[in-house]
Amino acid sequence: MNAIVISAIWGVIMMFSGILSKRSAVIRYIALTGLALLVVCNVLELGGNRFFEFNVHNMLVFDSFGLLFNTIAFACTLLFVLLSGRDMEKVGVHVAEYYALIFFILVGVSVSSSFNTLLMLFLGIEIISIPLYILTGSDKRNLKSNEASLKYFLMGAFSTGLMLMGIALIYGAQGNFMIGYGAKTLSPLMSAGLLLLLFSMAFKVSAAPFHFWTPDVYDGAPTVFTSFMSTIVKAAAFIAFIRLFSGSFGNVQPQWQMIVAIITAATLLVGNITAVFQQSVKRMLAYSSIAQAGFMMFALVALNNKASEGLIFYTAAYCLATIGVFAILIRMKDYTFEGFNGLAKTHPVLAATNAVFLLSLAGIPATAGFMAKFYMLSAAINNGHVLWLVILGVVCAAISVYYYFRVIQAMYFKEGESQEIVTTPAFRGLLIGIAVIVIVLGIFPQWLIDNLYYFIPDL
Amino acid sequence: MKIEYYIFLSIALFCIGIVGVLTRRNAIIVFMCVELMLNAANLLLVAFSKMHHLAQKASNPTAGTDGQLFVFFIMVVAAAEVSVGLAIIVMMYRNVHSVDINFLNRLKH
Repeated sequence: MNAIVISAIWGVIMMFSGILSKRSAVIRYIALTGLALLVVCNVLELGGNRFFEFNVHNMLVFDSFGLLFNTIAFACTLLFVLLSGRDMEKVGVHVAEYYALIFFILVGVSVSSSFNTLLMLFLGIEIISIPLYILTGSDKRNLKSNEASLKYFLMGAFSTGLMLMGIALIYGAQGNFMIGYGAKTLSPLMSAGLLLLLFSMAFKVSAAPFHFWTPDVYDGAPTVFTSFMSTIVKAAAFIAFIRLFSGSFGNVQPQWQMIVAIITAATLLVGNITAVFQQSVKRMLAYSSIAQAGFMMFALVALNNKASEGLIFYTAAYCLATIGVFAILIRMKDYTFEGFNGLAKTHPVLAATNAVFLLSLAGIPATAGFMAKFYMLSAAINNGHVLWLVILGVVCAAISVYYYFRVIQAMYFKEGESQEIVTTPAFRGLLIGIAVIVIVLGIFPQWLIDNLYYFIPDL
Repeated sequence: MKIEYYIFLSIALFCIGIVGVLTRRNAIIVFMCVELMLNAANLLLVAFSKMHHLAQKASNPTAGTDGQLFVFFIMVVAAAEVSVGLAIIVMMYRNVHSVDINFLNRLKH
C-alpha cells in the first residue's frame, strides 16, 4: 500500500514540478528522490511497517511475493533514471510529464503485483498501459514514434477488450470477481473466459503468436522508453499473469498447461530465430525481449514455488542487463551492428560493460542471466510434464548466443572509425556497478533472495 | 428473459467488434469497433449481475452488485483510453494527413 499511495502522490508532484521549475536537473533530482523513497518504503513494508491503512475489502493483498517484486521493479527504475535520465530530456520538452507518467506506471505495477480481484487486475493493467501509449508517442515530430504509438494503442485496446470479455464470462460462471476462488472443474463459460484471459495476457507480455506488435512498437518508440517498457513493464505484466493463473486457475492447471507450453515454445522459436536476421541492434533487442519472455513463460508452465522465486530473480537479471545495454545503445549514433565496430578501442569501459550485459542476456555461466535461466528450467523439470519444452529452451538459449555475440564481435574484433560518445564519469561508474551486480548475482544467486527475505519478520 | 439471449447478443456484438478491428483500415472505425467490444462486455456483465442477484437475493440482498460496479470502472477507463487514443490519432493525422492504417507499414524493414 505504501508504494501505491506514494507513487501516485509523487506523480502529481512531478506534474507540478514542471510548472514550478524549468530546469530539467531539478526535475530529475525530484524524480530520483521519489524513486529512492519508493524503494525504502517498499522495503519497510516488507518488514511490516505499513504507513497507510485503508479498508480495501480484500481487493488488494500485499504478500511478500508482490512486495519483493515491487522492490526490484522500483530499484530497476531508479537505476534506469540514474543512467538514462539525461537522455529522456532529449526526447521532448515535457520532461516533468514523462517522469509523472513513469510514476503513474509504477502505481499500475504495484496494483498488478498485489491484486486479489479481477477488477484490480484490469485497473492495474490499464494504469500501466495508458501512460505507456503516451510515452511511446512522446517524440511527436517523428513519424516512426507516431506509428508505434498508434499501433500500440490499437493493439492494447483490442487486448483489453478480450480481457474484459474473459472477465465477464468468468463472472458469469463464478458469481464474483475474486481470485483464488479455486475453480475445481471448467464449465464452458469458465473455459471460454480462461482462454480469452490467456490471449489478452499473452498480448500484454508479447508472447507468440500475439507478439507481432512488439518489434514495431519497440523499434519506433524513443529508445529511452523502449528500455523502460521492455523491462519493468513487461516483468509487471508477467507478475500479473502468474498471479492470475496460479490464483484463479491453479487447480485446473493440467487442462491448460499444454496450451501455455505451446505458446512458450512458439515464443522461444519466433523470438530467437527472427532475432538472428536483424540488422539493427534496437530491433534485435526487441526480438530478444520476445525470446526472454519465452523463458519467463516457463514460470507459468511450471507454476510452483521455485518458479515464482525464479521469476523474481529473472526479473532482476533481465532488467539490469537490458537497462544497461539500452543505456549504451541510446548514446550510439548508429543503431546497426556496424555502429558498434571498434567500440572497444575508443570506449573500453562501455564495451566491457556492454559485453557483460550481453553475456548475461545470452545466459553464459557466472552471470545473473545463467542462474535465471537455470531457475526457470529447473522449475519446469520439477513440474515433470514438459521435458520437451526444457530441451527446446536449451536449444533456443544456444541460438541466442549467436546474435548477442555479433555485437560483442563487432565491438572487439572489427575496425571502425572512432565516434563521439559523451559520457560522464558517474555514468561509467554506474555501468561498472551494474555489471558487478550482474556478475555477483551470477556467482551468488541466493544473495538477492536471502537479503530481501531478511526484511520479512516471520521467515 | 433467459440469460442465453443476453449471452448471444453480447457475443454477437463482440464478434462484430473483432471482425471490424481485423478488417477495417480506418483508424477511427477500428477504434469504434474496440469500443463495441468493451460495450459487449459491459452488457454481459450487467446481465450476469442481474442473474446472480435473482438467484441469490434470498440469502444475500446485495448479491450481484459487484458486476454493475465493474461496468462503471470499465466506462471510466474507456473514457480515459478514448482521450489518449483520439489524441494519438490527431497527432498522426497532423503528420501524414491520413488516418489510414495502411500507412503503418513504414516500421517494417
